[in-house]
Amino acid sequence: MATFPQIRTRHFFVFLVCCFLTYSFWIYSVPYFKPNQLTSREQNLVSEGRLVLQKYNCHTCHQIYGLGGYLGPDLTNVYSRRNQNEDYLKAIIHSGVRQMPAFKMSELEMTSLLAFLKNLDATGNADVTKYQPESIGTFTLTK
Amino acid sequence: MKNTGIWFVRIAFVLLIAGLLFGHLASESYNQTTAKDGVMGFLSLRPLHVSCAYLGIISAGIGFVSMILQSRKSTTFGRRLQYIQLALWVLALTGIFHSYFTGNFGGREYWEFDPIWAIPLFLSFIVFLIYFLHQVELKEKWPVYQWMWLTGIIFFIFTFVENYLWVIPYFRAQFITDMTIQWKVNGSLVGAVNQLIYGVAFYLMEKISGNNKTSFQKLSYAFYFLGLFNLMFNWGHHIYLLPTEKYIHYIAYGVSMTEWIILLRIFYKWSGQIKENKQHYFFFPYRFLMAADYWVIINLAMGILMSIPAINLYTHGTHITVGHAMGTTIGINVMIILASAFYFFKPSFKNGKALKFNSTLFWIVQGTLFLFLISLMGMGVHRAIWQAGLSTDSFSQMMDGSKTWSLSFITAGLLLAVSMGYFFVYILVQSWRKNRCPAD
Ligand code: HEC
Ligand code: HEM
Repeated sequence: MATFPQIRTRHFFVFLVCCFLTYSFWIYSVPYFKPNQLTSREQNLVSEGRLVLQKYNCHTCHQIYGLGGYLGPDLTNVYSRRNQNEDYLKAIIHSGVRQMPAFKMSELEMTSLLAFLKNLDATGNADVTKYQPESIGTFTLTK
Repeated sequence: MKNTGIWFVRIAFVLLIAGLLFGHLASESYNQTTAKDGVMGFLSLRPLHVSCAYLGIISAGIGFVSMILQSRKSTTFGRRLQYIQLALWVLALTGIFHSYFTGNFGGREYWEFDPIWAIPLFLSFIVFLIYFLHQVELKEKWPVYQWMWLTGIIFFIFTFVENYLWVIPYFRAQFITDMTIQWKVNGSLVGAVNQLIYGVAFYLMEKISGNNKTSFQKLSYAFYFLGLFNLMFNWGHHIYLLPTEKYIHYIAYGVSMTEWIILLRIFYKWSGQIKENKQHYFFFPYRFLMAADYWVIINLAMGILMSIPAINLYTHGTHITVGHAMGTTIGINVMIILASAFYFFKPSFKNGKALKFNSTLFWIVQGTLFLFLISLMGMGVHRAIWQAGLSTDSFSQMMDGSKTWSLSFITAGLLLAVSMGYFFVYILVQSWRKNRCPAD
């Protein structure tokens, strides 16, 4: 077999791979050990809503927890930022604003998208001003 | 068509040229206030640009590795594998772009195409793995770059599967875990592709210096392990803000910090090594490698800072991140790709005029890239200040307020696209000429 120059290097390699696999499978198992509190109907809507977001490529311009494109504002907490006004959100999505095109989507898609945004808002906070940096280089939520 | 490796490289340059065009068109959206329809909308242009860039870089990595490997031995089985690999790759690309041009999205960021096209892409990599194992001598002691390639291929395959776990409802059920996996994937895929590309850079270093010791040195192996460690664990800095398990954040912070210190040390030594090399004959390959080296240091400095959570809190989600993404892909990956392309297709210039012209353009590329990144930093800082709550403007007022920066981004981007595009076209043309340097 092809070998690394030293046997110790090989052990190190195997060790790294084991750590990596353990870490990966640990992460995959999180939903199993910590199931969320939604009813199965809500769960379906939210899961579908995630796919609607993908289908219409909202992430090319919008971020969720700071991840995604840069042309529009972060959507993580848009639901509460706009006072849970679903009509406002619907209107924006249907008619577009600035570089955002008008999206023609079915009623069902819209319902799941809004359910997704609502659930997303409840998962946490992406507003930078609500966080406090610390001297060791980390930060905490202060809200 | 005896040589499929070269076809991958040609495809790569076509993709990179298209990427420049889409990048420029996408950048213009920053100067518009209304939406454009169809392919000309940012909605399509961004995926087109980013996919062209990433797929171009991956194609180039596959191409150069294949070119080097296929000079080792030639068997009917090996050649068949190569044809199959290329056919699957072309099928995947055709599907992907068809999907983009018809607006049939459904994938995730950076992979927005209809997920069905991930299948030929995946299969193509499996065939590549078989081909790789078929071509290399398993009983020999391997140079470091060969380990890098194997690692790159295997991790690409693993991570690519992970990239589509969301198709299974179990993984979509919990949004936060879903996002964690998505960003684990994005970090590791870039790492896997870097293993392919850095491997090619190590190969070039060996050939340019005429000394194969470098490929067996401890230092080179240290670099390899660093890359491996990086691709396995150093993705968590993308998701500091995501309310995931806390230990993921701490691991990410810890890993990032050790990472960069070692990397700086290696590069400090590495550039000392390059200086001893016979520079003049392989002038352009050497130059582009050196350029990549400098961009590594610059991006590294940025990377160190951005991996500190308290700084990341303010820079994330701004164009500082875009600057880092394009700074590394263009500054490091594309420079190494150009170095390899010059090495294989056009190792030296016979007449002084051509050399002078190309040198000038080389410097224009580096200069405009610098301005391009500075403009992105400008846009980024402007947004970071707003995000931190230091300005009461609305989102659109904030965006309008960074007009100067976005105009300079568009302009520098255009100049960069034209000057770098020249090298892409030049290399593409040279790839059909007969003055090539055979691999090995
Ligand atoms: C081409 C880019 C683009 C795409 C694609 C896009 N948006 Fe937008 N969106 C914007 C911009 C730009 C704004 C903000 C305009 C402003 O306030 O100046 C915006 C604003 C919004 C707002 C209002 C935010 C607020 O705070 O009031 C919502 C909600 C929204 N978009 C949802 C979506 C959804 C859902 C999708 C996908 C179906 C989507 N957007 C796709 C660019 C885009
Ligand atoms: C071959 C060279 C290039 C490569 C490899 C490249 C790579 C990338 C990558 C990886 C991203 C994703 C960034 C992120 O999500 O953080 C990106 C985004 C982008 N690039 Fe490039 N790029 C190149 C050249 C250009 C040029 C020349 C322009 C402009 C003229 C440009 C304009 C853009 C724009 C507008 C975005 C989207 C930013 C946003 O979401 O708002 N790129 N590029």
